[in-house]
Amino acid sequence: MTDAITPAAIPASAAPPRRDIGIKRRYAAERRFRAYGIAAISFGLLFLFLLLWSVVSKGYTAFQQTTITIPVEFSEQIIDPDNERQTDPRKLMTANYPNVARNALAKVLGVSTDDRAALREVNGLISDSIRTQLRDMVIANPAIIGTTQTVSLLAHGNVDSIFKGQVDLTVGEQNRRISDRQVGWMNELSASGALAKQFNAGIFVNGASSRPEAAGVGVALIGSFYMMLIVLVLALPIGVAASIYLEEFAPKNRFTDLIEVNINNLAAVPSIVYGLLGLAVFINFMGLPRSASLVGGLVLTLMTLPTIIIATRAALKAVPPSIRAAALGLGASKMQTIFHHVLPLAMPGILTGTIIGLAHALGETAPLLLIGMVAFVANYPTTPLDPSTALPVQIYMWANEAERAFVERTSGAIIILLLFLLVMNVGAILLRRRFERRW
Amino acid sequence: MNIVKLSAAALVASVAFAGAAAARDQVQIAGSSTVLPYAKIVAETFSETFPDFKAPVVESGGTGGGLKSFCSGVGEGTIDIANASRAIKADELAACKAAGVADVQEVKIGYDGIVFATDASNGDMKIEPKDLYTALAAEVVVDGKLVANPYKNWSEINPTLPNGPIAAYIPGSKHGTREVFEEKIMAEGCKEAGAPEVIKAAITDAKQAAAKCVAVRKDGAAVDIDGDYTETLARIAANKTGLGVFGLAFYENNKDKLKVATVSEVVPTTETIANGEYPVSRPLFFYVKKAHLGVIPGLKEYVEFFLSDDMVGPDSPLAEYGLVAAPEDQREAARAAFEAGTTM
Repeated sequence: MTDAITPAAIPASAAPPRRDIGIKRRYAAERRFRAYGIAAISFGLLFLFLLLWSVVSKGYTAFQQTTITIPVEFSEQIIDPDNERQTDPRKLMTANYPNVARNALAKVLGVSTDDRAALREVNGLISDSIRTQLRDMVIANPAIIGTTQTVSLLAHGNVDSIFKGQVDLTVGEQNRRISDRQVGWMNELSASGALAKQFNAGIFVNGASSRPEAAGVGVALIGSFYMMLIVLVLALPIGVAASIYLEEFAPKNRFTDLIEVNINNLAAVPSIVYGLLGLAVFINFMGLPRSASLVGGLVLTLMTLPTIIIATRAALKAVPPSIRAAALGLGASKMQTIFHHVLPLAMPGILTGTIIGLAHALGETAPLLLIGMVAFVANYPTTPLDPSTALPVQIYMWANEAERAFVERTSGAIIILLLFLLVMNVGAILLRRRFERRW
Repeated sequence: MNIVKLSAAALVASVAFAGAAAARDQVQIAGSSTVLPYAKIVAETFSETFPDFKAPVVESGGTGGGLKSFCSGVGEGTIDIANASRAIKADELAACKAAGVADVQEVKIGYDGIVFATDASNGDMKIEPKDLYTALAAEVVVDGKLVANPYKNWSEINPTLPNGPIAAYIPGSKHGTREVFEEKIMAEGCKEAGAPEVIKAAITDAKQAAAKCVAVRKDGAAVDIDGDYTETLARIAANKTGLGVFGLAFYENNKDKLKVATVSEVVPTTETIANGEYPVSRPLFFYVKKAHLGVIPGLKEYVEFFLSDDMVGPDSPLAEYGLVAAPEDQREAARAAFEAGTTM
């Protein structure tokens, strides 16, 4: 302390003059310190706000998707011209559904089916993904062949971007992906209410896609969920067991000191190193499949273990010795003391450490790169052995896409990841409340 | 605690048995981030057209990384196809053979143009390799002597260039694009500027002299971009006079934000690249492990589907995205070579 009080010589007799104990200075120092604290917090809040603002303002549009709702004629002429569907069920799988949708839209727009150039432009308004959309409808109910149904067709990503105002339409026609004629059609469809924005459930359930309008985080959500589950059921018991042993049973000697130093070091090792380890051990040596969330979960378990061990040891240390002494005094064995008294009291700290470790693991992409999880995966993983990706990986991959429509999806996926984290943290707080003891 | 113990035991068991249980039923691909968007389109359309097969898994990670994991061996734990934005190097192929990947089939899918672009608010820019070399080389020839690059402004080099500070965002050395940039722009410009003679006089070693030609200045005027084109786009949005290097497909998707520069008076389009007028282009490849054909379900079908005119022809989804289709006879030859099983 620089403003320590200097002892002044005080005469023993006579009324002592008011001693200058620096009270003003000390109050001022406190005020300054408070001001610094508030400044630091405001600074943090400002950046948090900026981050959230930039993500939400860019990303909220991703939760709506432009669709074109028009009557679609499931013409037998196009789907099954030779009437082979009874004998060859594959016929319905491979029929030319894009033409079905294109002709339907051309009819609405009054484009002749002979004008090939115009038909191409009409095709540019609808997503290629309607192939699977219409196919699934027909397969589910082959009776609709030959009838006309009103269908909400997914609009093309370029149409979606323009409809949401993300593309500058004042630039020349040759400098954008949608022509003036197509913009005219869009206005026409929008005026009649056919072209409209709907809630985008696809972003939550669809797998990865090269078409922005059909891309979603479905596969990534499942992959992240599997990995979190694996990390939780492996890292929590192993981590807690290791720390209980180290803290309560292990003798204190050079060897256990060495282990402690190593655990602290491991917590600071760059995560890509764990990826290299995972590639060498789990894939090359143990023969586990590439890109599988099982391998990802195991790698993240290794990465999270030190964090959980350190947090658990700190929580065990924080339990007052009086609790241990009382339990032992009443005749409990060491096992009973730890599992009946110490561990429940340390639980809030352990859970906090675990959730921090899990949140860290959830946001990790680097170790997943080497085990093949930074990948384009379109099919849902049914088991942890199937290829999958993770949420942060999906964000990273979308951020590198060229199409404009992926910009909002990148931010949309960040919002989903933040919500995922929020749910985890709220869960941690609730669990902590339940176990919290005060003394 | 019982549930936790049980699930932990189940997981450990699944880890132990996984090696024996897994029979891979989808194609695995890794490699170049330039080829990645094309491979994704094909993979997606493939799984829609052939519902019996699962969609191939396409990893990104760069040409070098892809070829390295491709060459790590044969078997289900290794990838089937490596995407590459350049041809495989002799030492890479040797590493492949040493690891037991004896038969590698090379497949050329088309061409990719490399374009130079500035922010859309700028005027037209005309680039000559010589000017770009003079602007970006570490050392240039002034009065017959090799000196550290003194130029600060584009217009100092050529009055037709804009009057602004030199700033260029070029792909970092981990990208295959960098090699094309060095070969087609720096080395070419070096020659045109007459620098090799001066360099040869100073350095006798041919390899070092060639490296001198393509060395880029390090004083901040040329910035290596190790990320993807989106990073270059963000840099250009921040520095409007900066010049960025992009793939043609990326430029085509962001035409409203970028102004493309002509190189040697040629505007980069799929046509000028296909007929060879535009000088900065390169072929794109992928490499197939022959030992996996017939073992991994869908591998052969995927390659055949990729090579069909529906995918790589001039009127295909890949061409629409920005791939420059190879001429008809080359496409025909690629299909024939794959069918015949020609290996390297």
